[in-house]
Amino acid sequence: MKSFITLKKVGVAAVSLGFASFSTASFADDTLRIVSWGGAYQKGQSVGIFQPAAEAMGITVKEDTYGGISDVKLMVKSGADKFDIFSSGAGGCASGGAEGILEKLDYSVIDVSNHLPGMYSDYCAGADIFSVVAAWNTETYGDNGPRSWADFFDVEKFPGTRAMRAKVDSQLEAALLADGVAKEDIYKVLDSEEGIDRALDKIRSIKPHIAVWWTSGAQHAQLMKDGEVDMTTGWNGRFDVAKLDGAKVAYDWKTGIMDWEGYGIPKGVKNKDLAMKYIAEMMKPEYMAEFAKYITYGPTNKLVYELNLMEEARARQMPSHPENAKHQMTLRTDWYAKWRTIAAEKYTEMMTE
Amino acid sequence: MVGIEQNFNQAELAQLARREHYTFFGLTLPYLVLVGAMIIVPIGWLFLLSFIGRDGSFSFENYERMINSKAYIRIFLTTFKISILTTLFCALLGYPLAYFMSQIPRKWANICMIGVLIPFWTSLLVRTYAWLVLLQKKGLVNTVAVDLGLLSEPIKFVHNTSGTLIGMVHIMLPFLILPLYANMRAIDPHCVKAASSLGATPVRAFWTVFFPLSMPGLIAGLLIVFVLCLGFYVTPAVLGGGKVIMAAMKISSNIELYFSWGAASALGVVLLVVTMLILFIASKLVSLDQFGQRS
Repeated sequence: MKSFITLKKVGVAAVSLGFASFSTASFADDTLRIVSWGGAYQKGQSVGIFQPAAEAMGITVKEDTYGGISDVKLMVKSGADKFDIFSSGAGGCASGGAEGILEKLDYSVIDVSNHLPGMYSDYCAGADIFSVVAAWNTETYGDNGPRSWADFFDVEKFPGTRAMRAKVDSQLEAALLADGVAKEDIYKVLDSEEGIDRALDKIRSIKPHIAVWWTSGAQHAQLMKDGEVDMTTGWNGRFDVAKLDGAKVAYDWKTGIMDWEGYGIPKGVKNKDLAMKYIAEMMKPEYMAEFAKYITYGPTNKLVYELNLMEEARARQMPSHPENAKHQMTLRTDWYAKWRTIAAEKYTEMMTE
Repeated sequence: MVGIEQNFNQAELAQLARREHYTFFGLTLPYLVLVGAMIIVPIGWLFLLSFIGRDGSFSFENYERMINSKAYIRIFLTTFKISILTTLFCALLGYPLAYFMSQIPRKWANICMIGVLIPFWTSLLVRTYAWLVLLQKKGLVNTVAVDLGLLSEPIKFVHNTSGTLIGMVHIMLPFLILPLYANMRAIDPHCVKAASSLGATPVRAFWTVFFPLSMPGLIAGLLIVFVLCLGFYVTPAVLGGGKVIMAAMKISSNIELYFSWGAASALGVVLLVVTMLILFIASKLVSLDQFGQRS
């Protein structure tokens, strides 16, 4: 998800190199291999979650990067044994689960009783929450940028260039919110081809104003930093990092579409039971609080807030902070499992028109 | 030389010719095996995979999808449009440069060649991002032009077709220049001189003598550029801003979308077949033999 084509390739290369070393080593029962997205994101995971959790359990956890759910599919289908746990967006897990390449998670081992609603699924134990928001250039609009999706799609009230994602994820939800659909009803409307077309027509209506279709978080952050576009859809954490870097960028939580990342287990791994216990350990609030110090992706475990494990100022920056979360809608992965291919093909068709 | 050759009789000559024949066949054998193992087999495999559906059984779904969605035909049209335009611009820019290099003394030509080759050795990714940095809305070119008053507002160079073409022409140019220059250097300068001595103007001598003799190099260069362009991924992805979607990009996104090699292979098969068709038609229109004969 937060990857970048090039980084992804490097990641894949790194993984394949890593695999070579993995396969030659013999694995004891107390060793797990986990893969994630690399970069600042995995650094936070490593320091905040992976290693402390491994230490607490007295096991060894080896880390590597990977290229996403298609790598999991490759591994499972070819019968290779390369990693035991992967970090993935909820949507990726959902489609992997539908493909039958993932182990069902055992929630009698993994405690999700304190998770925020909807932040775990059969194949994915939610670990952090990010939001897709509408970000604007404060040099163009000052403080009064597009504070709702209706504003983002209103090219008369907010003239200027826009960027949207080159993939369908979260974009249709934004378009329907702009079209006046209540956030509770978004997935009801989207549950038919007509509903998908309605969202696509809304995007078509501003297509001449869309200067760039972005493909990665690094790219949309750069677009805002360089002033290449006046507003864009994108991940909150990227904008926060860009802002620290001097970018003139702001966003309103009212545009937030919450989505989450978690851990899954590829089908047929030998250390399945240990992997399950390790995921259970990583669900503890103290690890999530530590991770959030490194990037503004908030905890799925609400105990982090209830036990005040995070400084208040930092906690307020998280998408999942109750004060921020109350404005937002939550992305539903079951919709993606059902409609992704149809919606994605229609989206590409709209882009190429 | 002549005296020695006359000493051989017919039979010995034939035997020698046969031996040479087998020697050269033996030398090409490793290559043929390599082509078979590395090209023919994988392409056959690709072809088979394209008929395997998401559930693993034989199906035409990967091809049906291409017929049902207008996106695929548009993506193929974009792919060929961008490839043809890139090839054309490369020819327009590369031919005069290669000609110039072939006419100046070798020492200076070698210096020019370094200029051609240095960008060739630089990472494709680096060059692509360099164009982005130079040409974006608040990039170097636009900022300087606006500050100097040459432009009233920035020109949209990148995140569209023009940006993709600028990047691709820059990357592809050496592939056209190298075979063309080698060909032009090999053209006997006396041919052009002979034309002049028979009264041809320099322009006439160029078009009737030099240009036809340079055709094999030009056609080789055009073919290499065109075929390489068809598979381009990074440059259109970065400089096209999502406005230019080429076949390679859709192949990659189809793997992510369908989790099946078939969905991607079918695109590869169509691209391969259409390309071979285009090259076949082109070879009928422009007969290679016509220009291939040097004598």
